[in-house]
Amino acid sequence: MRHLLSTRDLSRDEAIQILDVAEDMADVANREVKKLPTLRGKTVINLFFEDSTRTRTSFELAAKRLSADLVNFSAKGSSVSKGESLKDTAQTLAAVGADAVVIRHASSGAPQTLATSGWIDAAVLNAGDGTHEHPTQALLDAFTMRRRLHGAASRGKSLDGLTVTIVGDILHSRVARSNVWLLDTLGATVRLVAPATLLPADISTWPVTAGFDLDDAVDADPDVVMMLRIQAERMHAAFFPNAREYSRQWGLGDERLARLRPDTMVMHPGPMNRGLEISANAADSSRSTVLEQVANGVSVRMAVLYLLLSGSAEL
Amino acid sequence: MTYLITGATLPDGTTTDLLVDNGVIAETGSSLSQSGATVIDAAGLTALPGLVDLHTHLREPGFEQSETVLTGSRAAAIGGFTSVFAMANTSPVSDTAGVVEQVASLGVRAGYVTVRPIGAVTMGLKGEQLSEIGAMAQSRAQVRVFSDDGSCVHDSLLMRRALEYVKTFDGVIAQHAQDPRLTLGAQMNEGALSGELGLAGWPAVAEESIIARDVLLAQHVGARLHVCHVSTAGSVDVIRWAKARGIAVTAEVTPHHLLLTEDLVRTYDSRYKVNPPLRRTEDVMALREGLADGTIDIIATDHAPHPVEAKECAWDEAANGMVGLESALSVVHASVVASGQLDWSDVARVLSSKPAEIGRLSGYDAAFVVGSPANFTLYDASASRVFGTEHLHGKGVNSPYLERTLPGRVMATIHNGYATVLDGELLDAPTVAESARVHRG
Amino acid sequence: MTARTVLQPADITRALTRISHEILESNRGGENLIILGIPTRGVALAHRIGAILESIEPGSGRVGELDVTMYRDDLAGQPTRAPARTHIPAGGIDGTTVVLVDDVLYSGRTIRAALDALGDHGRPRAVRLAVLVDRGHRELPIRADFVGKNLPTSADERIRVRLTEIDGIEEVTIES
Repeated sequence: MRHLLSTRDLSRDEAIQILDVAEDMADVANREVKKLPTLRGKTVINLFFEDSTRTRTSFELAAKRLSADLVNFSAKGSSVSKGESLKDTAQTLAAVGADAVVIRHASSGAPQTLATSGWIDAAVLNAGDGTHEHPTQALLDAFTMRRRLHGAASRGKSLDGLTVTIVGDILHSRVARSNVWLLDTLGATVRLVAPATLLPADISTWPVTAGFDLDDAVDADPDVVMMLRIQAERMHAAFFPNAREYSRQWGLGDERLARLRPDTMVMHPGPMNRGLEISANAADSSRSTVLEQVANGVSVRMAVLYLLLSGSAEL
Repeated sequence: MTYLITGATLPDGTTTDLLVDNGVIAETGSSLSQSGATVIDAAGLTALPGLVDLHTHLREPGFEQSETVLTGSRAAAIGGFTSVFAMANTSPVSDTAGVVEQVASLGVRAGYVTVRPIGAVTMGLKGEQLSEIGAMAQSRAQVRVFSDDGSCVHDSLLMRRALEYVKTFDGVIAQHAQDPRLTLGAQMNEGALSGELGLAGWPAVAEESIIARDVLLAQHVGARLHVCHVSTAGSVDVIRWAKARGIAVTAEVTPHHLLLTEDLVRTYDSRYKVNPPLRRTEDVMALREGLADGTIDIIATDHAPHPVEAKECAWDEAANGMVGLESALSVVHASVVASGQLDWSDVARVLSSKPAEIGRLSGYDAAFVVGSPANFTLYDASASRVFGTEHLHGKGVNSPYLERTLPGRVMATIHNGYATVLDGELLDAPTVAESARVHRG
Repeated sequence: MTARTVLQPADITRALTRISHEILESNRGGENLIILGIPTRGVALAHRIGAILESIEPGSGRVGELDVTMYRDDLAGQPTRAPARTHIPAGGIDGTTVVLVDDVLYSGRTIRAALDALGDHGRPRAVRLAVLVDRGHRELPIRADFVGKNLPTSADERIRVRLTEIDGIEEVTIES
């Protein structure tokens, strides 16, 4: 792997390899010394053009557990005009010898632009770009599902036969996109549920079924229900009337929660709007994987950093 | 200045010699000779009437880092153009007689092409108040085309008034058809690919609904309407319907919308970012058909140069636009001539006589007829080249065709009887400026 | 390329049996003993040694696996390696005698990585090294405590260890 820009580019074998390596990385977290010398001497830059304490911290821990030198480069609020700063920043990072750049950017495609521009030679790791993709989030979600299903025997396993329902603002969700491609690659069946305004205009080419009715989806007995964060500003752009109506139609409330199987996983990429897209009971129930997702994030990001930064560059 | 062009093939397929003297076609026929004439061997070359671009951004005044009247004129000449209409989104905006006269005089001084300024429909392109359309029409710049290009005249009442008002001056409103609310933050064609790439969609209906409204308004007030850069199959249908009803609408399509599709956006390479955006293959095919059956009247480049830094950034931060003057004829060749949908006489119509007629530009209605102004270009249709920045002669290098193989090459361009391009190379600026001065007398 | 068999199945079994006895002898019995195989073939050998120890002295054959991939010093020069599993027997390695097991001892770099990896899992009382074949050419001050067979080789020769559990056949060959 040279870069990780999108889950769409991952083959099934590559995806399973990342999850398997993440299993090894997860073991490290249980040891007395939670650190590996593997990436000693490598420099990883966290280049965040958008705030995200969670994702940034997760990558920071991952890099440090692999003994890489990590520098946080907060590009937000820089006085340079936006357009110039991506190129200028990239060239600056190249000059200081970055081996990998973890980039979070409000513009879809910015990581790909960085990877293909020739401005910098480093491995580029997409930590969320606009409304495009967030590949490590999807990988950690898949890792979490696999662990719940197979426990210690997870290595080598796919998600064949798993049914996953993703609910909410699909249109603006990079998490949803990365999950759709990865889950399909790993053999899961994906169903999307959202108001028609929050589904992309044409998803005929996506490997999913889509519908508007969450109750139908709950009654279809999914193995996983993944709730997406709904952003308040969407209602001002007429995507839906108000929070109350959204919550009633597309929120995972207590009544819908009760209709799910006891072992149905309830996932959320965080941060949650409790009481809006997910009730407190749903978020805190034993079905919820929210905290596992956070812990697994570090293992998955260690795996990706390892696979990107060890080994000679592919020709 | 006298030129003898030997063995040129005219758009209708006949072969002739052309004697150019004193700015006009002096004689046609075979085995012409003239002592003292510069002889241009045009055997195997296609002679086309001087190309006319109804939609060029020359950027001057105000954005000289992107293009100037001189550099844009050079780009036009090497593309086979002898006349360009310069869009009004300059700074200050071309909404007064002073600005349009300045642009026109810069064009005259440069001499490579005839520069006809387009006037803004509304003051400052703000869509609020009509600009001084009459003053611009009656100025030395003789403005006949009015456009807020870059912005849509979306207020229905204002559009109605503009259509009515320009009738006074035999003008035309060239509408940039884009519903601004339906395209808030839009980055690319709305469809399956925009959903996948996570880029905000620019839906076809945002163009089609404005065109539908405008043709009905034009019918209601009995005015001429010109639709800029039509980009969707639905727009072609609406215009076809309007023409069938006898509405005085004309429409243009850009070379890039005839060749390129939205799939290129997958690269997130901002050279492919343009407004209206690249569309689906179905749209490209419908545009070609519409051009072939006359629904779409003309091809115009929407040449939109930008400085490098406006494109070297993330997709949604990048500027819209592509340079197109230098590549236009080759791209038309590759898209609709190679497919057999247009022959060279069609090309002469859609790239010369018809745009001149829409823009009320004289001298382009009888190409190659003895006594008519000598504006033409000699095109080597058998050539092929890998298009590169060395083929660009304006300031912008934001061409979507770099590293692509394109057919054909302009070998010579004659503007008002003097050469601007010879042997496939641009003549230098002082030489052309001097020729232009001599021509003015 | 020619291949010459240097150890037959019976030779391998005999060597492992002898190594097992030597381990017990040097450890003065089977207490506090952990056998850690280094993937891939070291793990199979460790399990065989564990079984022999168990047959001699029940309770002495505690076996684990120690992956050293993440501790190697040559990661950058080669294609990306997939790490293997690490499994430390319950109770951990603190205060024990760990016997590392690998198939071939060559430069010593794998063992250097193994010592680093071991350090991150705890603090053994002593660490010993058992190998099936020692082919020389050491690049680090490392030596084996228990050796199945010393095979002087030239650097361009290749030692191949094949074991039934992994390869389906059982032999050690020299290819040149």
